[in-house]
Amino acid sequence: MDLFTLVSLILIIAMLIAAVVAAELKDLLSAAVALGVVSLIVSILFYILQAPDVAITEASIGAGLSMAVLIFAIKHTERWEK
Amino acid sequence: MKRIVAAILAILIFIVLALAFVKIPFGNINLSDYHYYNPITDKQTSDSVPQHYLVDGKKDTGSTNIVTAVVVDYRGFDTLGEVTVLFLAATGVGSIMYIFEKEKRRKVRRANAVVETASQLLFGFIVLFGAYIFVHGHLTPGGGFPGGAVIASAFLLLYLAYPRFHAEHKTLNVAESLAGLTFVIAGLLGLLISGSFLYNFLPFGVPTYLFSAGIIPVIYVAVGVKVGSELTGIVDAMMGVRE
Repeated sequence: MDLFTLVSLILIIAMLIAAVVAAELKDLLSAAVALGVVSLIVSILFYILQAPDVAITEASIGAGLSMAVLIFAIKHTERWEK
Repeated sequence: MKRIVAAILAILIFIVLALAFVKIPFGNINLSDYHYYNPITDKQTSDSVPQHYLVDGKKDTGSTNIVTAVVVDYRGFDTLGEVTVLFLAATGVGSIMYIFEKEKRRKVRRANAVVETASQLLFGFIVLFGAYIFVHGHLTPGGGFPGGAVIASAFLLLYLAYPRFHAEHKTLNVAESLAGLTFVIAGLLGLLISGSFLYNFLPFGVPTYLFSAGIIPVIYVAVGVKVGSELTGIVDAMMGVRE
């Protein structure tokens, strides 16, 4: 197994863990942060798959601006899932 | 029960996606090995659209970044539609948030000193990086949309660090309108000069130089400013506190 496959596998497993954590957490603010981690790992994967422009967009939109929208929504509703 | 159904659905979607992805040849392929059916000449041909973009893209548009060549030159009209969709989305967010304007909390807590100082130091560099991305859109990976998003995220940092900060709506509106106008006027000038909308009428210059590729950098700077001011407007509608 070469380095590329190894790094990709580690990143994909970390991404899956973060995605499951985001779905399972009762604290919605932490779940939003876990979702941001998913976006960040996806953007690193885009970068090592040689799509740097998509990586920049994913990092700023996925991990930055959409997090702001989610946190805004949580601030105006409730933090804990019933 | 609900969770089991959800898991089965997720696995099914994954299998369908995986089957679709198996067919895509990633990585280094020799495009001339692939043959496509040309309905006009009724023959199998190796001269395909992607091959044309990859081989003749630099000659046709003067842009070394083929993605930009496709987005702004070959498919420039689609990009105008895309920018319009983003404009409508920003308008929608603004009009919905206007209803909540009165209910916004007056009491705001200051962020701590580390966040304030770090955002002061980083803001200029992030805006500079965003501007770099869209000014060099025809040379290096990136372009108007990522550049505008990076600039908007710099403003988001300011909103988080200084709860009382808000961008001037008039400035944002003027920047956005001028950028949109530049895009449409560049397209109409192409229509006047050569008879096709968004025709690349400026000289191409030498590829890999900053002033090259005709109207592509002009349009991408306009798109970058437009996307940046629209996304900043959305952030302002959500995060800004009016006194």
